[in-house]
Amino acid sequence: MGILFHFGRYALFIRSVFSKPDKYKIFFRRIVDEMVQLGISSIGIVTIISFFIGAVVTLQTAYNLYSHMPIIPGYVVSLVTRDSVLLEFASTLICLILAGKVGSHVASEIGTMRVTEQIDALDLMGINSANYLVLPKVLGLMIMVPFLSILSMAVGIFGGWISGAVTGAVLSADYIQGIVYAFVPFFIVHSIVKSVVFAFIITSIAGYCGYYTSGGSLEVGRSSTQAVVQSSIWILVFDLILTKLLLP
Amino acid sequence: MIEAINISKSFDGKEVLKHISATFQKGQTNLIIGQSGSGKTVFLKTLVGLHQPNAGDVFYDSRNFIAMKEKEKNKLRQEIGMLFQGGALFDSQTVEENVRFPLDMFTGMTLDERRERANFCLNRVNLRNVNNLFPSEISGGMQKRVAIARAIALNPKYLFCDEPNSGLDPKTSIVIDELIQEITKEYDITTIINTHDMNSVMGIGEYIIFIHNGEKHWEGSSNDIFGSDNKELNDFVFASKLFQKIRNC
Repeated sequence: MGILFHFGRYALFIRSVFSKPDKYKIFFRRIVDEMVQLGISSIGIVTIISFFIGAVVTLQTAYNLYSHMPIIPGYVVSLVTRDSVLLEFASTLICLILAGKVGSHVASEIGTMRVTEQIDALDLMGINSANYLVLPKVLGLMIMVPFLSILSMAVGIFGGWISGAVTGAVLSADYIQGIVYAFVPFFIVHSIVKSVVFAFIITSIAGYCGYYTSGGSLEVGRSSTQAVVQSSIWILVFDLILTKLLLP
Repeated sequence: MIEAINISKSFDGKEVLKHISATFQKGQTNLIIGQSGSGKTVFLKTLVGLHQPNAGDVFYDSRNFIAMKEKEKNKLRQEIGMLFQGGALFDSQTVEENVRFPLDMFTGMTLDERRERANFCLNRVNLRNVNNLFPSEISGGMQKRVAIARAIALNPKYLFCDEPNSGLDPKTSIVIDELIQEITKEYDITTIINTHDMNSVMGIGEYIIFIHNGEKHWEGSSNDIFGSDNKELNDFVFASKLFQKIRNC
């Protein structure tokens, strides 16, 4: 089926997702559940990946700067690490990881509900199934992702400090000086804005792929893969657009 | 009473239902029978609005369901209970939460009242001490009974069952059939059951329509079925050796 078909159906799906919830009390309870399910449960993987990304970026930066330009002061290493983590890794890379973890989870959960007629059961009761199932996931991750992004920034910079200090690539004092040197607070806002947009992309595309699954377990797996591939591509496209729009 | 008038439905140009009309009376178990792939499930899903027909009308006690606006349809849907082929219980919810779900969504009852109603429905389908179990922790027959309990939670006027006996042993199948028939009589509801199980046909079939290749070929009661001279119906009914022996007796 053509790309235009999917764009049209995705637009109609989003309209259905963002309609008025059937019962607000249940809706808010489901948002909290999804914040735990999609956000809190991702803290572990975000922490581990951020730590190692920060550590590796510091070592690579130190290697490149010292081997080619030995006169550059040590604090530049942590300045580069900080800005790389704030501008790109804490939002884009973490959301690409979440596209794999959360996207496949959402698509397979909703896809399984589709093929086992659970979504038909909701529709039959007169419940807007797209809204009931997908909106809490979209809002749940959009609420949680700024915290994950900030956590990623802190852990990434910490990881860089540990790796620099342990390997002797950067002195601790230099690293800390570089962290505060020429700091632009807007970079944090930039990263949070990007990650919120990416959270919407991940959950809405995964929800769409799962919602329109037809067939059996094979198709559920296919939808899950599609969700990860499509949301990763769109994250990168919007990364480019938002970077161009947000940075002067 | 539910009336289907001239229902036709196609998928990708392939005609699955061809001008089917039928009247399903209140307080009796109405059966739709036919081979796998004959169009039974599509017909049932068209009756409840999960498929939009290409032509025809469906009347619920003289209310034209097809012509209704989505808001009116959703209101009427609260009068409908449905037992899906696989049960369609929500995996992430316990048995009690599944039965309570329509009450949570559509009533202003307190939590205690909803729990009491859920327990009443579970007792009605002879299920006890399973409230806190998840669907994956109970047997297929129990899942079907939980699905019936959920379907009757809102006191429906109309009950639809899509192959309620699929995947069940003959003894459990009879229990489920009898339960559906009891509920139909007790609450005086219009029940429509999709099945290809001849035990169900003979056991609870009060009004039966036979669908073959998307067309209605025959209608009558379980008493009339043996006397029919419809070739397709006879091929279907007497496919098993057991029923061939019964015919020859």
